[in-house]
Amino acid sequence: MERIPILKMGNFLLVTVQVDMHDRLAMTLQEDLTSKIVATHARGVLIDISALEIVDSFIGRMLADIAAMSRILDAETVVVGMRPAVAITLVELGLSLPGVRTALNVERGMDLLKARIKERLADDGTA
Amino acid sequence: MTVLLSDQRVVQTSEDVVAVRQAVRLRAVELGFNLVDQTKIVTAASELARNTLQYGGGGQVTIEGIERLGRRGLRLTFEDKGPGIADIEMAMRDGFTTGSGLGLGLSGARRLSNEFQIDSQPGQGTRVVITRWR
Repeated sequence: MERIPILKMGNFLLVTVQVDMHDRLAMTLQEDLTSKIVATHARGVLIDISALEIVDSFIGRMLADIAAMSRILDAETVVVGMRPAVAITLVELGLSLPGVRTALNVERGMDLLKARIKERLADDGTA
Repeated sequence: MTVLLSDQRVVQTSEDVVAVRQAVRLRAVELGFNLVDQTKIVTAASELARNTLQYGGGGQVTIEGIERLGRRGLRLTFEDKGPGIADIEMAMRDGFTTGSGLGLGLSGARRLSNEFQIDSQPGQGTRVVITRWR
């Protein structure tokens, strides 16, 4: 069966979406990712969508759901690499991806994830 | 109005929705749409093709390149013979859905198009026509 690969890098999971996803493939990614967060004890998920030519309401919802699910599983999600034309279209469509952290590129996304995880560990230490 | 090109696709599976996106992209490029306009019409097509599949039980899409008063545009017609929409005004509202989605398909597609027309009769099916001008 067709699947989007999920790479493990230290504490993080890295997903690069390189195909025009049909809806079932997007659902499979969501399921694979949540299982993998639990299996690998990942603290962060980075999703690179720089190859995506469109994000419609279905893909947008998938991104928001992944962010919410990973938060419940004690991991942070950052979506990186959205194309400008995609961002313009998403907002006009009526979707502003509340609850989804974004960064311009993979490097900045990694920095954001590291900072967030450090913050959370510090919070846990004082609690 | 002149029809420059016409293309028909069936929508029976979620792979067909992807094929519709790609066919619309190809035609938008051929008609000289800029990147943002391509992205808008392809996204609108994706929303409406998914509606045809999910709510209409499948159907077809007609993709036409048209010219009116020296202006070129892309006209997309989505047709299904599904249960139809009982209350179109309600269905057009942001956030309204009878399914499990976000309720942005119809309202979002209208915002992404220059012209939008919907006809639906309960028990007869639904027809949505959108046009985006270059």
